[in-house]
Amino acid sequence: MINYLANPNRFLNFIKPIEFSLGFLSFLFIFIGLYLSLFNSPEDYQQGDTVRIMYIHVPFAWFASFLYFSISIASIFFLIWKHPFADIIARSIAPLGLIFSILTILTGSLWGKPMWGAWWVWDARLTSMLILCIFYFAYIGISNAFPRKIDGSKPAAILAIVGMINLPIIKFSVDWWNTLHQPASIIRFDGPSINQEMLIPLVLMLLGFLFMSIFVILINIKTNLIFKKYQSELIKIG
Amino acid sequence: MKPKSQRLIILFFFISLLSLSTFLVLKSLEDNIVYFYSPTDINKKILSNNIDLSKKIRIGGLVKENSILKEGKKISFKIHDGIDEILVTYNGILPDLFREKQGIVALGKIENKNFSAIEILAKHDENYMPKEVSDMLKKNGKWKGK
Repeated sequence: MINYLANPNRFLNFIKPIEFSLGFLSFLFIFIGLYLSLFNSPEDYQQGDTVRIMYIHVPFAWFASFLYFSISIASIFFLIWKHPFADIIARSIAPLGLIFSILTILTGSLWGKPMWGAWWVWDARLTSMLILCIFYFAYIGISNAFPRKIDGSKPAAILAIVGMINLPIIKFSVDWWNTLHQPASIIRFDGPSINQEMLIPLVLMLLGFLFMSIFVILINIKTNLIFKKYQSELIKIG
Repeated sequence: MKPKSQRLIILFFFISLLSLSTFLVLKSLEDNIVYFYSPTDINKKILSNNIDLSKKIRIGGLVKENSILKEGKKISFKIHDGIDEILVTYNGILPDLFREKQGIVALGKIENKNFSAIEILAKHDENYMPKEVSDMLKKNGKWKGK
């Protein structure tokens, strides 16, 4: 399956029919999820209405980390099997991940001021998230730093793999060290510590973000493939 | 050996060494990475003289019940971590979530075994629930938290 789709033309043919449904599903889930989380979910017993920021903050944070993980996996494939398509996938994921990581920090900041009493603190969770954001910047910077784009692929892939070490640090920072950020509420040994009425809109938002991420990344891959084709045509014409 | 498997092995060693060095760095910096010390940590540090009293530090713990004393703008209360406790004095604005049994983090200095805070932040926990649920839990006596 992976081998079959690794060919750009077959890949483009494969995604053509599913593209629309992905976009539709992401719109549907985010629409319902946003409606539930903003208008039809209970206030938190401590946070009041401020809890509603969580419904976008958590998806942003999860997908910022998950997309980075995907970039590093694609980079490993690129470095070992030297498949140019893996490089295109990694490049196509990066901008969305960067936006997610910035929005994670911004939404978290908006929540932090009323709840903690501070916009920003240098605790392990917030700092490791900032480092993720910087890695995204560095990845995009390096992969586009050379006149021939392809020359940046290898250094960028190595950088992506170095940054992968940061992912478990983000996830477990709240368990390993004393942090101001609260520990995990959803993925924990004794089950979620979040009430079901609040968990449902959050899960809908997470699904919506999953479909949206795939949708946006597919469009990016398509654009990058077309651009690459266009460039090689230019070279052929001379 | 095929170049492909050679690259795989090199990458494997690269990632292992990188993880190891990151682990060692984080381990040795542990004391600086923690955002706050618990009262137990602080008392241990005072006993072993392993603390610079002129430097500002952060301590965190739960606000002890019936320990909040207000005198005008001045406030004093005890925070504990289940083992040890420490008296905190503060003169300023408290965050909304401040109350008994709430986790807080205070920035300040240690003065004669007490803690003189210049900033207090509330620590939120990982429990999310509607007000009705928390009221019900309190009524049924199943309430564990605040």
